[in-house]
Amino acid sequence: MKLDAAKLAARPQRLLRDGMIAAVARHPDKVALVIEGKSYTYAELLDAASRLAQALIQRGVKKGDRVAIYMDNTWPCVVSIYATLLAGAVFLVINPQTKADKLEFILDDSDAILLLTDVHLATVFSDAVKANTKLNGIISSGDLSQAALQLSMSVEAFDAVIEQSESLAEPVNIIPNDLAALIYTSGSTGFPKGVMQTHQAMVFAAWSLIEYQRLTEDHRIILVLPIAFDYGLYQLIMTMKLGATLIVERSFTFPAQVYKRIEEFGATVFPGVPTIFAMMISSHKKKPLRIPGITRITNTAAALPADFVPYLKEIFPNALIYKMYGLTECKRVSYLEPELVDAKLTSVGKAIPGTEMYLLTPEGQPVPPGETGILHVRGPHVMVGYWKQPELSAKMLKPGKLPGERVLCTQDWFRTDKEGFFYFVGRSDDIIKTRGEKVSPVEVENVLHSMPQIKEAAVIGVPDDVFGQSVKAFVALEKDAELNDKQIKKFCMAHLENYMVPKDIVFMEELPKTANGKIDKKLLMQGGA
Amino acid sequence: MSIEQKVRDYILDNYLFTDDQSALSNEDSFLNKGIIDSTGIMEVIFFLEEQFGIQVQDEEMVPENLDSVKNITSYIQRKQAAG
Repeated sequence: MKLDAAKLAARPQRLLRDGMIAAVARHPDKVALVIEGKSYTYAELLDAASRLAQALIQRGVKKGDRVAIYMDNTWPCVVSIYATLLAGAVFLVINPQTKADKLEFILDDSDAILLLTDVHLATVFSDAVKANTKLNGIISSGDLSQAALQLSMSVEAFDAVIEQSESLAEPVNIIPNDLAALIYTSGSTGFPKGVMQTHQAMVFAAWSLIEYQRLTEDHRIILVLPIAFDYGLYQLIMTMKLGATLIVERSFTFPAQVYKRIEEFGATVFPGVPTIFAMMISSHKKKPLRIPGITRITNTAAALPADFVPYLKEIFPNALIYKMYGLTECKRVSYLEPELVDAKLTSVGKAIPGTEMYLLTPEGQPVPPGETGILHVRGPHVMVGYWKQPELSAKMLKPGKLPGERVLCTQDWFRTDKEGFFYFVGRSDDIIKTRGEKVSPVEVENVLHSMPQIKEAAVIGVPDDVFGQSVKAFVALEKDAELNDKQIKKFCMAHLENYMVPKDIVFMEELPKTANGKIDKKLLMQGGA
Repeated sequence: MSIEQKVRDYILDNYLFTDDQSALSNEDSFLNKGIIDSTGIMEVIFFLEEQFGIQVQDEEMVPENLDSVKNITSYIQRKQAAG
């Protein structure tokens, strides 16, 4: 028996998977995904996902269980997400740059039942699962015969699992209040934390984004951002909700290939981050680049520098330019209407449709226009909390206007102008934003401290034209210890995602201290060290 | 030093932070191995342009030319022969 998409599509869309099922019922043969140049229809996606869902259930996945997906932007990654949703389970997508220690932590913290991954990541995941007692097994895409896997748990081949599995007859029954995903994000404690998002929050957020970006099912979004990043993930979710087409690339590493795909498959929406736009602009300055087919470009993760806008208009002459701001805890906070991109050069705009944002003093009092305050966000898109972190959750979620309601206290400082547009002022934590990724200084410092030669270490973010901020480390070595910056970077590379590895390392006899003996980061930031 | 060795040394030195030659095979895909990402590739291109006196055109920034030591080596050879 097969999943009856037509019957299921007659129901209201409450869950994350429902949009995809409705699209299958509407146009099974429409191309849902183009992945590295290969097209897949909606019917093919539902078929593969419902087989894999059945296989997940056979391997012990029950309603609400976590399924970890540690993959690049690939067909198996998309199939795994929708299979998990059909099985009524909770997915978490882990960035393929993640190294063994952190992968081990996330697998353990999430209590994942299954790990879905790819063979090219085998050396990392083999290490990460050595001490894991919670996983029932691993399913890996890629050619397993090439990998010398020595593991205590079973590793099955992704394609064979799907081929040998029957299709799920009926999606596992869950309700909109159930969790859909854990989205891990760097925290100031140095350990990543899982943002809990329910189906209703994610479905709501997806439609809000679709509304203000004015998207229809005829749009084709080109994805060069990792699906592990919620900005990337939502391109997939929006596409499936609309029944549109997503053109998926591994990354923006080879721009010419991306431009070729945009052309070949008629992409109309280009979601990017400032680093990507900076690369495009630098190449545009050498030799004019023109991509007329794109009608929407979006930017988030870091502020779009105002001087990028004229160049982006040259590169994308037909595109609406969207500046946006958000955080994983509520997916997205605000956007600026593209018609105002010149009039409100430095504003992040206003709340996304169906939500509210407002500023309060640290004491909880309203803030008049022009003054700075802490941004609060109210709406159905706000997370239910951090997975297994009640104290941290309580710090971010405050009681709202209505009984039981909770609003997100972002801890970020903003101000508004007379017309109610919001302007980012600063963060209240010391998280570094580099290449659009969040880096916790503590996490990098912990790795530095684990090198026996290092006596003291401090990590800060410094302004960088291309990266937004770049990671800079200050270290003091133990007496007589010998260590150069290359050795430190190599060690960091083995334990941290590439973007977390310090770009600059400064050696000091001793790090400067404040009166109460803590490392004086303010002084380091002022360059007064 | 051969083109291949120069490229290898550059990648080992700047992205793998080692001089251990066994850490990288000539066929290893930089993308698959997570060695180079989208910002790293710009640095690689600056290096190639400076070191080998070539101009990398935007349309040449594809994996067939740049995604492994082997691909880069034959790309440089083609460019130099044409130049």
